[in-house]
Amino acid sequence: MSQTEFKPVLLGRVGKPDSQSLASYRADGGYEALAKALKMTNTEVIDVVKNSGLRGRGGAGFPTGLKWTFLPKDITGPVYLCVNGDESEPGTFNNRVLIEEDPHQVLEGIVISSFATRTTTAYFYLRYEYGKCYRALKQAIDEMYANNLLGKNILGSGYDLDIYLHRGACAYICGEETGLIESLEGKRAWPRIKPPFPAIEGAFRRPTVVNNVETMACIPHILKHGPEWFQSMGIPKDPNNPRDAGSYGPKLYCISGHVNKPGLVELPMGVTARELIDKHAGGVWKGRTAKAVIPGGLSMGFMTNAELDTPLDFNGPGRVGCLGLGTAAVVVIDDHTSMVDVLYNSCRFYAHESCGQCTPCREGTAWSTKILERIRQGKGKLSDIDLLMEISNSIGVMPGTTICGLADGAAWPIKTAINKYRSEFEEYIKSGRRSESAALAHSH
Amino acid sequence: MSELSQNAKQVIAEHLPRYPNKQAVTLPALHVVQQEKGCVSNKAMREIAEILELSPAQILDTATFYGFFRTEDNPLGQKRIWVCRSISCMLRGGEELLAALCEKYGIAPGETTPDGKLTIELAECLGACDGAPCILLEDELHLRCSLEDVERLANEPLKK
Repeated sequence: MSQTEFKPVLLGRVGKPDSQSLASYRADGGYEALAKALKMTNTEVIDVVKNSGLRGRGGAGFPTGLKWTFLPKDITGPVYLCVNGDESEPGTFNNRVLIEEDPHQVLEGIVISSFATRTTTAYFYLRYEYGKCYRALKQAIDEMYANNLLGKNILGSGYDLDIYLHRGACAYICGEETGLIESLEGKRAWPRIKPPFPAIEGAFRRPTVVNNVETMACIPHILKHGPEWFQSMGIPKDPNNPRDAGSYGPKLYCISGHVNKPGLVELPMGVTARELIDKHAGGVWKGRTAKAVIPGGLSMGFMTNAELDTPLDFNGPGRVGCLGLGTAAVVVIDDHTSMVDVLYNSCRFYAHESCGQCTPCREGTAWSTKILERIRQGKGKLSDIDLLMEISNSIGVMPGTTICGLADGAAWPIKTAINKYRSEFEEYIKSGRRSESAALAHSH
Repeated sequence: MSELSQNAKQVIAEHLPRYPNKQAVTLPALHVVQQEKGCVSNKAMREIAEILELSPAQILDTATFYGFFRTEDNPLGQKRIWVCRSISCMLRGGEELLAALCEKYGIAPGETTPDGKLTIELAECLGACDGAPCILLEDELHLRCSLEDVERLANEPLKK
C-alpha cells in the first residue's frame, strides 16, 4: 500500500464531532469486532492476533498474541489484564490522543483482549496527569455498562468483564510492566525480578497480561479486517533472519521538538524520520537543519542527520546504534542546540525517575547528571567523556546489572550522543564555556 | 475526631470490591485525601492503614515514593501548577518558562507562595509534547503556554 493512499486507521475517527460517544462510535461500526470475537473461541481470537503479526506498541515490540499464549493453559481462578496507560516516555503522547479522542476504540480492544485471555477483571492503569483521558474513559465505561458491553453476560455471550480505572501518581517507572503491577497493588513501583514473568505470576500473584493502549486500539481493527489486512501494511519479515517478526500494521508517530508542525501522524510502519519531518511536520523550524533526531522516545538515543533515511520500523533504529523503535516518538533537535545541554536534560530525567532499587541505576544516573553539570559549568575534563561512556556501558539489563530497562534507557542517549557527537563534547570542554542557558542550571 | 471525611471513607469503601486485596486501594485512598486536604497527614495515613489492614508505615512508604503526595509538613497551595522540563518542552522554552514563573512568584520548584495560593512544581514529560511548552494545572494539560498564559491560569478563580 503506498503511503499517499493510506487512510488513518487508529486516528480515523479523530476530529469527528462527538468522537468520544458510544453513539458515534457505533455509527462508525464500533463494537462489531467485539460481537464477532464473542462468537469465536478465545483461542481463535488469540490465533487471529498472532497471525496478524501485531507487536506491542509500548516500546519493547513483543508479539502480542505470543504474549497471551504464555498464560498457563489450565488456569483456575482469576487472570488479570492490565492496560498500560502510564505513557511517560519523553516525546510520547500517542496514547493520550487515542484516549481523549476515541476512548471506545481502546476499550473495545480491551474487552476483546480480555475475552481472548479469559480475563474477567481488567485494570486500566492511567497516569494521573491525563485528567481529560480519565474523564473520557470514565464516561465511556459508564456507557458500556449501560449498554451491556461490560458487566455480566456481555452482548448475551455469557462472558463477564469489569474494567476498573486506576490512576497513577506521577512516576515514570510505573510504565515498566512489573513496576506498574507493584503500583497497582498499592506499593512503591519497584520492578520485579523476572522470571517469573507476569504471564505466570503478575498482579496479585496471578497470571497477568500487560498491554499498551495503542496495542489495544489495534485489536478491534485486526478482528474486523483480518490478519492479512494488517500484514498488508508495514515492513515484512526479513527472510534471511528467522528471528525477525516483521513490523506490520499502522503506527502512530509522535513528532515534537524543533519542527514547524509538531503533532501525531499515523502511517504504515517503516516511514523514515526524514519523511516524517519534511512531509508531515512542515520541516525543521526557522529554516534550520536537524542536528539530531530521537527516533522513538528519549531512551532510544540519537540519530544523526545522515541517518534520517533509516526506516522507523522495529529494526531500523537499531541498525544505526539506537536502542530500538521504542514508542516511535520522534524528537527533532536543530543545529543551534548544544548536545551537551540535550544530554544533560536526558541524564537529569533518568536520575529523577530512577526508582532507586538497583544501585548501578540509582548511582549511575545521578553521577552522569553531576558530571554533565560540571561540564556545563565550564569545569569539565576531557576524561569526563570516557567516564560517561564507562557509566553508560555498565548500567542496565544488557550489561546485566539492573532489574529493569530504565538504566538502558538512560545509557543509550549517553552512548549515542558521545559516539556520534564526541568532537562537540570535546570542544565544549576545551573551550571552558558555560552553558548559555541559565535556566537550565535551575534544575532541582 | 476522624481525620478522613465521610466522602473519603466512602470512596475507599467503593474501591475495596474492585481488587482482590485491600492494599491495592492505597493509591485511590491517598488521592482522595490529598484532593480534599492538600496533603496526607500522619493521622490520615494511620486511618487509611486501619481501614486497609496495613501498618501505617506501609502507607507512608507508598505515599513518599511518589513525588505526587505531600506530607503534613509540606502541604500544597490552593492551586498546583506543574511545568514540564523534559526534552520536547526544553527544546521549546520549558526550562525558561519554569524559571520565569518561579522568579515571578519568588519561590523554587516544589514550593508554595507564602499566601498559600500557588504551588509550582517541575514536571518530567507530561505527554503533551506536540504543545510544548506545556503545563499541568491540577490534572488538566494546557499546551503552548507563555508566562502570561500561566499567570492567567494561576490568577483565575478556583473551580469548585
